[in-house]
Amino acid sequence: MHPAPSVILFSVLSGLGFGMLAWLGFGEPGVTGMSAFIFFFVAYALAVGGLLSATFHLGNPKNALKSFSQWRTSWLSREGCCAVAALLVMGIYAIGAIFLETHWVFVGIIGAILSIVTVFTTSMIYGQLKTVPRWNHWTTPPLFLSLSIFGGALMTGQIKVAMVGFIVVGLIQIAAWLMGDKQFATRGSSMETATGLGDIGKVRMFEPPHTGTNYLLKEMVYVIGRKHAMKLRVIAILLMVVIPVLMIWMGAHHDIKAVIAVLSHIVGVFASRWLFFAEAEHVVGLYYGKRG
Amino acid sequence: MTALPAKSDVKLGLVIDLDTCVGCHACVVSCKGWNTENYGAPLSDQDAYGENPSGTFLNRVHSFEVQPEQGAAQTIHFPKSCLHCEDAPCVTVCPTGASYKRAEDGIVLVNEDACIGCGLCAWACPYGARELDQAAGVMKKCTLCVDRIYNENLPEEDREPACVRTCPAGARHFGDLGDENSDVSQLVKERGGMDLMPELGTKPVNKYLPPRPKDTGNEIDILAPLLAPVATETTGFLGWLDRTLEKL
Repeated sequence: MHPAPSVILFSVLSGLGFGMLAWLGFGEPGVTGMSAFIFFFVAYALAVGGLLSATFHLGNPKNALKSFSQWRTSWLSREGCCAVAALLVMGIYAIGAIFLETHWVFVGIIGAILSIVTVFTTSMIYGQLKTVPRWNHWTTPPLFLSLSIFGGALMTGQIKVAMVGFIVVGLIQIAAWLMGDKQFATRGSSMETATGLGDIGKVRMFEPPHTGTNYLLKEMVYVIGRKHAMKLRVIAILLMVVIPVLMIWMGAHHDIKAVIAVLSHIVGVFASRWLFFAEAEHVVGLYYGKRG
Repeated sequence: MTALPAKSDVKLGLVIDLDTCVGCHACVVSCKGWNTENYGAPLSDQDAYGENPSGTFLNRVHSFEVQPEQGAAQTIHFPKSCLHCEDAPCVTVCPTGASYKRAEDGIVLVNEDACIGCGLCAWACPYGARELDQAAGVMKKCTLCVDRIYNENLPEEDREPACVRTCPAGARHFGDLGDENSDVSQLVKERGGMDLMPELGTKPVNKYLPPRPKDTGNEIDILAPLLAPVATETTGFLGWLDRTLEKL
């Protein structure tokens, strides 16, 4: 799949933002006044900034309001509804914490749950797609959720939780890669099933339907990324998990080590998310002889 | 509403004969010609006369080579457009309700006035049947020429999809696959019509007729005995001429 910068930016930033909101909603840290303002400001900037960047991916954003209507069937619609609900509820909680020095525990818990559910809906936009076997796997929601929750823990200063959590993230990520590599073959779609010609023999592309490129090839038959995939996987794990864990283990706390941990983690998540898209193989590539 | 209709008794669709298709791409051209100036936004092209032309098409013809275990490889031309699936994954993923399947005839359509151009339906489609128009920013797909098939302003013989109407080989058939007595259903039954990627559970309405078995090229024709050389040694005047010229 084409690793569109707007979608990578959206899912990484809003994932972190909603992870922060979840921790803040659960009262960790139970800050008030100015420091609450700073925490909420960062969380909202990430969550809302991410959502806004996602709209750059739309071909026709003027109808965006309509996307709240199909929550019964569409994970994308559910994500929109949950995101707005989470931001509104957490907004009420934030007003209490910032201006009234009070924590409305019930409101916070609801907001935190909504924030986590939002990240789950994001993961299901990808996880639901049978056409992309690598995504259509149980590891997709845990990967998004663990990155969001433990990334949020790091951002809200829950560093012990973050340290243990990042190890979990690393394990889920490695599992997702290793199992994901086999998913396309496991699902069994091939040029033979795609064309129905397998009964005759082995199928190969003779002539593509068009000499140039098209939307399908650009959007769903992205292949360049895989050349350096292995190197990028190592880089992603190092930046996303290993360096932040080392920094925390070395006692990061309001110092340069903490800054390194946060920046390294975020850059690592970007690398991981880029791979998430670039390595995902859509079955439509079979019609172009571009799979396997 | 992007929920799928409970059941549509009428299932309009295409039956494509892979035995007959000659790969001329006439259906591609007639499809673009009709649909660029009728239902919804035009089918735009980018850099049409430049180095890297690309554009929106609702129907494309792939060509495959199939190698049987024995005998010669076969070239098979393979037209591909929306299969108007009964369990259409492109419909349920749509966040705005722009993508829908009609209960009355099973046609899958996009209401462009509600489309946000997110592209998720194109991701959900295994067949590459949906393309986001790069000029209009909305999703385009085969409408089964919904503006022809019911159009009483057209002569009756034109009330079928443009691709079917134009196919010079008669490789494309249009009809109601929900009615088991219809011509198309009979054709599917006779020729063993098949689904594409059945493992994904989309239950396509459109069916493909597999190529008929080919001869293997090893069989000897019944006329072969008549082609055997009648004389191995040349005699008479031509024989003399042959021998004389050989000596020169």
